[in-house]
Amino acid sequence: MIGQAIADGLLTGGILALGAIGYSLCAHMLKFANFAHAEMLTWGAYMALAVVTVLPAGQAIGPFSFGWPLLVAIVVSCIGTGLIAIAADTLVFSRLRKRRASSLTLVFASFGIALILRNLVLFVWGADAHYYGQELQISLEILPNVRMMPDQVLVLALTVALVVALHLFLKHSRIGVAMRSMAENPALSQVCGIDIAKVVRWTWMLSGALAAIAGVFAGLTVQIRPEMGFNMLLALFTAAILGGTGSLFGAVAGGLIVGLTESLSALVIPTGYKAAVPFGLLLIILYLRPQGLFSRSARV
Amino acid sequence: MIGFVSYLVFFLTVALILGIATLGLNLQWGGTGLFNAGIVGFYAIGAYTFAILTAPPRPELLGNFELPWIVGVVGAMAAAALAALITGLATVRLRGDYLAVATFGIAVTIQLVATNFEALTGGTMGIASIPNPFRGLFATPLANNLGYLAVIVAILAVAYVALERIARSPWGRVLKAIREDEVAAETLGKNTRSFRLQAFVIGSTLMGLAGALYASFIGFVSPFDFLPILTFQIWAMLIIGGSGNNRGAILGAIVVWGIWSVIGAVASKMLPVQLQIYGGAAQAMIIGLALVLVLLLRPRGLIGEQPVTSRHAV
Repeated sequence: MIGQAIADGLLTGGILALGAIGYSLCAHMLKFANFAHAEMLTWGAYMALAVVTVLPAGQAIGPFSFGWPLLVAIVVSCIGTGLIAIAADTLVFSRLRKRRASSLTLVFASFGIALILRNLVLFVWGADAHYYGQELQISLEILPNVRMMPDQVLVLALTVALVVALHLFLKHSRIGVAMRSMAENPALSQVCGIDIAKVVRWTWMLSGALAAIAGVFAGLTVQIRPEMGFNMLLALFTAAILGGTGSLFGAVAGGLIVGLTESLSALVIPTGYKAAVPFGLLLIILYLRPQGLFSRSARV
Repeated sequence: MIGFVSYLVFFLTVALILGIATLGLNLQWGGTGLFNAGIVGFYAIGAYTFAILTAPPRPELLGNFELPWIVGVVGAMAAAALAALITGLATVRLRGDYLAVATFGIAVTIQLVATNFEALTGGTMGIASIPNPFRGLFATPLANNLGYLAVIVAILAVAYVALERIARSPWGRVLKAIREDEVAAETLGKNTRSFRLQAFVIGSTLMGLAGALYASFIGFVSPFDFLPILTFQIWAMLIIGGSGNNRGAILGAIVVWGIWSVIGAVASKMLPVQLQIYGGAAQAMIIGLALVLVLLLRPRGLIGEQPVTSRHAV
C-alpha cells in the first residue's frame, strides 16, 4: 500500500514539479503570481491532442501507449504554449508593466486571462474527457507490490532529464545567465546591455513549454479535461511557495513533497478531501517558513 | 408584463445581494489593498450556516435546527467572521500574492467540505426548504419577492452608509494609509497587522451575510451554487464598477450581473440543450475579457475612487 502510494505520489509530484518550475521562473522574473499558468498546462495538453488527431496513427513504441506522433505533438505543443504565454504578455502584462501598475493588478489580469483561456478550451474541444490513444497498457511490477504503467515510468525519467537540462541551461547558457541577472536586478542588467524584452520573451517561452510538457504528461497518465490545469493550480502554487520562488531544485522538491503528501494522505483521510491537502501544507509552510524551504532570502 | 416585472425583481434581488458581497470586497481591496481570492468560500460559509441553522430538521442531517430567520443571518455572519479571523491570523501578515493564493485555497477547501461532509451539508444533494420570511406571506409570489427585495435594499443601504462613514473615520484613513504605504503607516505607530485583520474580517462578514441572504432567497443550497466563478464575478463587479468607491461597487454588481444574465438568457433561448455548455463558457469568457479590458483601458472603472475628506473637515 505505502509503496504504491509513494510511486503514485512521485509521478504526480514530477508533473507538479514541471508546472511549478515554469510558474516559479515567471514569478521570480516578473514578480507576480500568474493565476493563468495552470491554463498553460491545459492548453499544452490540448494542443498536443490536436496534433495527434491530425497526424496518422503511428505504431506504438516499445511498451508505451503512444507512437512517434505524440513526440512530434509535444514539440509543437511546447512552442505553441510558449507563444500563447508570449501573446498574453505582449497584449496584457507588458502594457500593465509599462504603466507601472502594481503587481496585484497583474495578478488580476492573470485571473481574467485564465477565465478566457479555460473557457476557450471548452468552446474548441467540448467538456468531455479525451485521451491520446486507445491502447491499453499492462502495468509492470517494478518492486514487490508496486505497479506502474510503462508510460508513468517514462514520464518520471523524462522529468528528471528535463530538470537536469534546465539546470545546465540556466547555469551556463548566455540567455540563462541573462535571466538570472535580470531576476536579481533588472536595472543593472539593462545597463550591462542585456535586452530585457528578449529575456522576458525567453522566460515566457520556457515557462510555457514546461507547462505544456507537464500538461501532456498529466493527460497521458490521467486524462485530458478542460479543468485539468485549474484543478492543479493550488498544488502548483503550494509546490512553488514550498520550494521558494525562483529556486529550480526548490520547485522540484516542492512538487515532489506536494505529490507525495497528496498520495500518502489518501491512506489516512477520505479521498474526497485530497484536493485540500496542498492547502493544509501551504498554511503550515506559510506559518513556519514563508520564504520557502530552499530560498536564502527572507521574504514576507 | 407581469412576467418581466417578476424577472426584474428576481434579477435585482440577486444583483443587490452580490452587491453586498462586492461592498465587502471593496473594504478589503479598495480600502485596504487586501487581495481576497476566496470570496466564494466566505459566501458559502454564510449560506451553509444559514441553511443549517434555519432549515427544518431531516433525520439524516446533524444540523437543520429550524431557528428563526434573524438568528440564521447573525449566525451566518458570525461563522464567516470566525473563518476570516482564523485564516486572517495565518495569512494577513503575508502580502499581496501570498494572501491571494492562501484565500484561493480556503475557497477550494470549503467547496470540498460542502461536497464531502454529507452529515452536515447534505453533500451533493444540498439542503432544501431553507426558510424565507416572505414565503407565503402575501397572496402572490411577486408580492413576496418584492417584500424580500425591500429587505435586501434596506440591508444594502445600512451596509453602504456604515462603510461610507468608516471611510471618513480615522479608522478608514489608517486603512487607506496601509494600502498606499504600509511602512509609512507603521512608522506613524499604527499596528498595521491588526488593522488589516479587522478589515479582512469585516469584509468577509459582509460576504457571509450575502451568502445567507442568497440561501434564504433561493431556498436551497448545494456545492454547485458556490463554484470558483463567483469569486471572479465579484472581482469583475468591483473592478468594472470602480474600486475604492462604494457606489461603484453597487453599480458594478448591477452592470456585471446584468451582462451575465442577458448572455445566459440569450444562450438558453437560442442554443439547443446539448450546446448549453457553450452559453456558460461564453459568460465566463466575457467576464474575463471585461476584466482585462477595464484594467488596460479604464483602470479606475465606471466611477473611480473619489477623494474622501474627514467629516470634521470644513
